Amino acid sequence: MTRVTSAQKIAAARAEGRPALIGYLPAGFPDVPTSIEAAVALAENGVDIIEIGIPYSDPVMDGEVIQAATVQALANGFRVADVFEIVRGITSRTDAAVMVMTYWNPVLRMGVDEFARRFAQAGGSGLITPDLVPEEAAEWIEASEKHELERVFLIAPSSTAQRVQRTVDASSGFIYCVSLMGVTGARAEVSSAAQAVVDAAHAAGAENACVGLGVSRREHVQEIGAYADGVIVGTALVAALRDGGVAAVAALAAELSGAAAKEHA
Amino acid sequence: MSTPEHSEHADSIDQKSLKHASGPYFGAYGGRWMPESLMAAMDELNETFEAAKNDPEFVAQVRDLNTNYSGRPSLLTEAKRFSQQYCDGVRIFLKREDLNHTGSHKINNVLGQALLAKRMGKTRIIAETGAGQHGVASATAAALMGLECVVYMGAEDCRRQALNVARMRLLGATVIPVTVGSQTLKDAINEALRDWVANVQTTHYLLGTAAGGAPFPAMVRYFHEVIGEEAREQILAQAGRLPDAVTACIGGGSNAIGIFHGFLDDKDVALYGFEAGGDGVDTDRHAATITLGRPGVLHGAKSYLMQDEDGQTIESHSISAGLDYPGVGPEHAFLADIGRVNYEPVTDTEAMDAFKALCRTEGILPAIESSHALAGTMRLAKKLVADGATPEETIIIVNLSGRGDKDVGTAAAWFNMIDEKDADAEISGAAAAAERSAADDEEK
Repeated sequence: MTRVTSAQKIAAARAEGRPALIGYLPAGFPDVPTSIEAAVALAENGVDIIEIGIPYSDPVMDGEVIQAATVQALANGFRVADVFEIVRGITSRTDAAVMVMTYWNPVLRMGVDEFARRFAQAGGSGLITPDLVPEEAAEWIEASEKHELERVFLIAPSSTAQRVQRTVDASSGFIYCVSLMGVTGARAEVSSAAQAVVDAAHAAGAENACVGLGVSRREHVQEIGAYADGVIVGTALVAALRDGGVAAVAALAAELSGAAAKEHA
Repeated sequence: MSTPEHSEHADSIDQKSLKHASGPYFGAYGGRWMPESLMAAMDELNETFEAAKNDPEFVAQVRDLNTNYSGRPSLLTEAKRFSQQYCDGVRIFLKREDLNHTGSHKINNVLGQALLAKRMGKTRIIAETGAGQHGVASATAAALMGLECVVYMGAEDCRRQALNVARMRLLGATVIPVTVGSQTLKDAINEALRDWVANVQTTHYLLGTAAGGAPFPAMVRYFHEVIGEEAREQILAQAGRLPDAVTACIGGGSNAIGIFHGFLDDKDVALYGFEAGGDGVDTDRHAATITLGRPGVLHGAKSYLMQDEDGQTIESHSISAGLDYPGVGPEHAFLADIGRVNYEPVTDTEAMDAFKALCRTEGILPAIESSHALAGTMRLAKKLVADGATPEETIIIVNLSGRGDKDVGTAAAWFNMIDEKDADAEISGAAAAAERSAADDEEK
């Protein structure tokens, strides 16, 4: 299988003169089949990169909406290995790049190399790791090289220049620029700190710097797109799926991407 | 700046001495498994702590507070009747952390960290609490030093420890009941971490146990080392020799690492950590992390962890809110692996029997947490005698980490000591008061 990478999708978006749009949804929310349908709807409505989050018992970087969704997914019987089926379900039906966002312990428990091998086999592009910093990532760096996966680490407004450099050097695909000091959740305005984080990433040599946290509207996408290479939307999409199902996800994705909404097949 | 590096693993433990393991790694454990957003704060804390340790003025400040505020040194009391009736005559000495201001060892750590918070120019501290002891201690330090204090406490624990909730509020702290997850200590830590990420510029997270990302495990131990240092001097003065064993209860493991520190390099002193066995380690309701857990990462450190096949944290269970935690400090994981400390489970029933035993023989009401250490000690003493030890020539020091005033309701219910009608009225009254008060806080 030829895997589509996030770097390829960001480059393609850049060639069209726009930022890449990255959409987050939790795996297995509300159940495994629906989470696949919702992700496919994202791809059909202008989302370039799908970010699938693995529900975890202790999601310290997530706000209430995503916490509630992942608690429900776990209550409905989600198992970590289901994520491979979900990734395969998306990559077999769309040309989106599929990233997985995961807290580290579930990967550690399965075995880093084993997780990476199965994820790559499912057509996954790479991992976004909110509680893994490069200093602790030796095993993941080795596994990601071996299985040709992208490593997306995060930088924050609080990151020192030295840490930004270290993180950019350890990353591949893109750098996840946390727009504000806080947890996930929709906010009315995009933090003014976001551009400085992106600038720091670019200054450290990052080709692709994408902004997440607090992004929920089309005007946020446009505003951030002026300086960043990609824009990440999470909570707003999760709330749409919660309240309006797959159709609402499709409609919001279309609005965010500026595309006309497509009927979900 | 000292940041964790894998290459430092081999050097992080002094080959000769176990006492001063500085982290960030303890063997394969420890490190910093946490969000990038907090890394700058962890670095700042580490630098501030390292500088403070070497600053005579800071060391003097800590010593002064310990002496003139907490009431240190805490006593070492020989428990003669407890020894005769429950320990087959083995000499038992209690390290009386229950006599510290606020009623437990927790004060040692909070005073030190609150001083560090002030050094960093932070105006607000946040803390998690299980039994409420660390929350009370944090609220106390905040009041003493003029800091704003917010305490996260599982809603389930707020119910179990309604009086401590009231104590914290009386001291001026805001108590936020945590209603997500298992509503216990683990989830209180999650909420505190979320708060910290959002407010890190003004806020110090005053973690209450020797767990978390570096430098917390080594730093929390540093502030509790005084327990072991005092106990070692006191037993030499009172008994003329070192003990045969030192015992402590283990939740996250801060009181234990504090007393063990004094004896880690005394090879002939056996060390025992007693974990919360809940309903029994053959059931799924316990908190025996080292006994039954396996390595994983939670709340910033790699250590033993109660987790399922998917790496999801398993909810722990213990009658003791302070031990009801599915993780354990990384230094304990290391000491378990190298066999320097023996870790064993103690059930709720064993702990409550020991609770009552100490009350009746010594007139000392221990915390239910500390009662786990007492129960394990009773078992250990009998085993030593059965194995041929001469009781009157055998000495065990128990770290009596806290007093049991906060546990009177739980214990009275356990032993059916309150007329049921009265108990219902009292307990529901306290719970209702706590909930009313919680609702007030949430509205703020």
